[in-house]
Amino acid sequence: MSRAHPYLPNSVPKIKRKMMDEIGVKSIDDLYVNIPEKLRFKGELQVPGPYTEQEVKKLVSATLEKSTHLKCPPFLGGGVWPHYVPSVVDEVVRRAEFLTSYTPYQPEISQGILQAIFEYQSLICELVEMAVANASMYDWSSALGEAALLAKRLNHRDVILVPSYISPSRLAVLKTYTSPTGMRVEKVNYDSTTGMMDLEDLKVKAGEKTAAVYVETPSYLGFSEENVDAIGEIAHENKALYIAGVDPISLGVLKAPGSYDVDVVVGEGQPLGNHMSYGGPLLGIFACNHDNAIIRQMPGRIIGITETIADKRRAYVMTLQTREQHIRREKATSNICSNQALCSVASAVYLSLLGPNGLRDLAETCTSKANYSMHRINDLPGVKAPIFNAYHFKEFTVKYEKKKASEVNKVLLAHGYQGGKPLKPDFPELGESALFCVTEMHTKEDIDGLVTALKEATQ
Amino acid sequence: MTVRKFRQADWEEPLVFELSQEGRYGFHPPEVEEEIREKINVERLIPKRIARETPAGLPEVSELEILRHYIHLSQMNYGVNSGLIYPLGSCTMKYSPIINEVLAGHPMLTGTHPDQDTSTVQGVLEFLYKLKQGYISVTGMDDATLQPAAGAHGEWTGIMLIRAYHQEHGDLAQRTEIIVPDSAHGTNPASAAMAGFKIIEVPSGPDGCINLDALRAVVGPQTAGLMLTNPNTLGLFDHQIAEIAEIIHKAGGLMYYDGANLNAIMGKCRPGDMGFDVVHVNLHKTFSTPHGGGGPGSGPVGCKAILAKYLPVPDIVLKDGKYALSYDKPQSIGKVHGYYGNVNVMLKAYTYMLTMGPNGLKEASELSVLNANYIASKLKDIKGLSLPFAPEKPRMHEAVLSAQKLNEDTGVRALNVAKNLLDYGLHAPTIYFPLIVPEALMVEPTETEPVEALDDFIDVVKKTCEIAYTNPQEALKAPVNTVVGRLDEAKAAHPKTICLSWRRLCQLNEE
Repeated sequence: MSRAHPYLPNSVPKIKRKMMDEIGVKSIDDLYVNIPEKLRFKGELQVPGPYTEQEVKKLVSATLEKSTHLKCPPFLGGGVWPHYVPSVVDEVVRRAEFLTSYTPYQPEISQGILQAIFEYQSLICELVEMAVANASMYDWSSALGEAALLAKRLNHRDVILVPSYISPSRLAVLKTYTSPTGMRVEKVNYDSTTGMMDLEDLKVKAGEKTAAVYVETPSYLGFSEENVDAIGEIAHENKALYIAGVDPISLGVLKAPGSYDVDVVVGEGQPLGNHMSYGGPLLGIFACNHDNAIIRQMPGRIIGITETIADKRRAYVMTLQTREQHIRREKATSNICSNQALCSVASAVYLSLLGPNGLRDLAETCTSKANYSMHRINDLPGVKAPIFNAYHFKEFTVKYEKKKASEVNKVLLAHGYQGGKPLKPDFPELGESALFCVTEMHTKEDIDGLVTALKEATQ
Repeated sequence: MTVRKFRQADWEEPLVFELSQEGRYGFHPPEVEEEIREKINVERLIPKRIARETPAGLPEVSELEILRHYIHLSQMNYGVNSGLIYPLGSCTMKYSPIINEVLAGHPMLTGTHPDQDTSTVQGVLEFLYKLKQGYISVTGMDDATLQPAAGAHGEWTGIMLIRAYHQEHGDLAQRTEIIVPDSAHGTNPASAAMAGFKIIEVPSGPDGCINLDALRAVVGPQTAGLMLTNPNTLGLFDHQIAEIAEIIHKAGGLMYYDGANLNAIMGKCRPGDMGFDVVHVNLHKTFSTPHGGGGPGSGPVGCKAILAKYLPVPDIVLKDGKYALSYDKPQSIGKVHGYYGNVNVMLKAYTYMLTMGPNGLKEASELSVLNANYIASKLKDIKGLSLPFAPEKPRMHEAVLSAQKLNEDTGVRALNVAKNLLDYGLHAPTIYFPLIVPEALMVEPTETEPVEALDDFIDVVKKTCEIAYTNPQEALKAPVNTVVGRLDEAKAAHPKTICLSWRRLCQLNEE
């Protein structure tokens, strides 16, 4: 006997029949009469199931359990980082009222999510010291792509200058976003000793065609860019937009982009209360100054503060919607509609929980542990860490003089550790090397265990 | 009238910044072990010229206060799983099953890093691979990528494939136009424009379907492709689809399917069989993943074999019994996301697919269509409302009513009907879309709503229209049972008063 599916209340034959009678159709297929016979699908969809909840829980869990249990969180960063997600964050984002709502098109019944996203925007503004942040982009990479397009809309120029130490995947996405517009992405060299952007090279490459200069700090290779002020001056001398990309956790100890005169800040909000989940969902941060020209060209949704008409009570609403696709269509500033709203709520809860001191404590913990790891690894024979003579926040490069990075990782895995990402494919100039990341998720025992395994792997 | 009394919770919740008291913590990160602290001096580590001098202006609030604050805010919001019907047309606000959330919280998923060695994430890759296979079958395509993070992201990715195809065939310089019907979602023209194309709009005929003569008039050697959703945004299945595909293909263009309305046709017909070359589907619509207040969604893109080589990298492949990521696609458009897309969302969609099975997916579509027709058949007879564009034709998963007559007769608009629904604890339909219907009420009940909820919705719309005719001032008052009444949207956008952050609010208060 076929039972009514728990998700399908009107599949009960008596109810279904009654509804069809009221509409005046004999069968469900009468409702599909407009689909020409030859286009109808006669086969069976190649989809497993159906399974009951109890079965599906067992089945999907068993599939996920096929992955490897590591001894500790992976020593990987580069755009997604292992950070602890406080229980309160998960509790809030599980709330059905947030989780299963949609874009707040009806503000009167959606003040909760509107205020939560306004708080997210506000907390990001405090973190980066800018006056405006949007409700989210898909991830850091797409935020960077959109920032490049914004620059072109503002100054009608065609070149975006990026440091050679940019993350390869962010560079790839930037190229995809800019390719249809005729924009060109040009790399600026970095100093092979310190890693810093080569200011002379930047001066040569910057000019009247430069739409924007992009800086990343901490860089993909782990060191912090120390010339952020000078780079901004060169960008602005050439009337180009100055864009900075940041890891928000680092802003617990590193100065905010707003203090070095950037025009647009992009970054990855995943570490602010969002699980890694194999790289998604992520949270693209996008912030700018309170400059009406830029605000009106910004991509994505923005929540603003206003008041009720009748009693002048403070309230929140999606604003500047005339920039967006549902009104402006092909002339919109971006095509983005669904964004990463719930991830931004998670980040609002996270930043509220940590507060200014918690964030600083966390950043100090990360940098202490990373630097401890770096020193210990550097003490191993045949290994150098870091490659660059500079301050490293929580990621750092490790160079292997005798072994291949991929082989080192195999030995580490045999010990239950996921080692750093091999860098040679993207940075051949660095040779056999890897990018490691250490955060508050790694205990001293984890780090010491890694070092012991590394010693074996590199001998 | 069976509908119940509704009063939305209202906590007059202050901003989290206004709860701040110096010295409070909501969370303690772990302290560094003593042996590490002895060896590493943080202050000496960070170069002065890049160190933060003053801590970020974040609030200082205790854990319970923060929990309450955000629970209060949640109670001042409305979701499918907590409210009643959420018939937002074109958005497919169906039930988001709890088991999907439970499984998506599995630590073997949440704790994995995208750069881990693929040998350590076989479970994740397996479900992604199987989801992709199921997706290919439902859409009738040959290959797919799961990378796009949302529907619009998928549209743009799909159009980039079309762009790559024409580029390889040497006629991109000539094929500069993407054709979009006037009933299309705003994302369609916006996505095509972002991919570098010019938009050509074609009008709908009186039956709500594409006007073939108008289409033929704009198709030519300059045509790169056509973007279409079928059923369209009026909820009508365009029966001429095979002819449309022929017109486009004969001209050398390609067919793009916007899967926003796929919920009507799973297992009934497939975009691939209709003649489409590339498609995106919103997992947060058809595959039940929650909308999260606006995201994260997921917009996988499927395509026919001729476009497969242009799909983004990496591809998830099965080789010698092992799952792997392949970058071996020299003609790929590149990457559209930093990693592999919204993987956590995909697990929810995969779980949904398994709980439904092939026949369950088909039944879900059938019942979504039954529910939409049930609502349409009752609403169209209400005084003041009509069902424009071929009212005699059955609707698919959604129906677009017009309140034009109501507005002319009483001054009460579609907007007011929507606000009256809110007062009864029912979510409003999409309004003023598609643009070709004046005073549009776009209703998509989905298959997970019981007939009782449909009846409540119909009753409230009917009652509102009756009040509009007898006492229009009363109908214009709504909403009054929600947290706030009508808002001053002009103030929110005015250059002098615009305020997009707490930082700005403090500045404005000082001035």
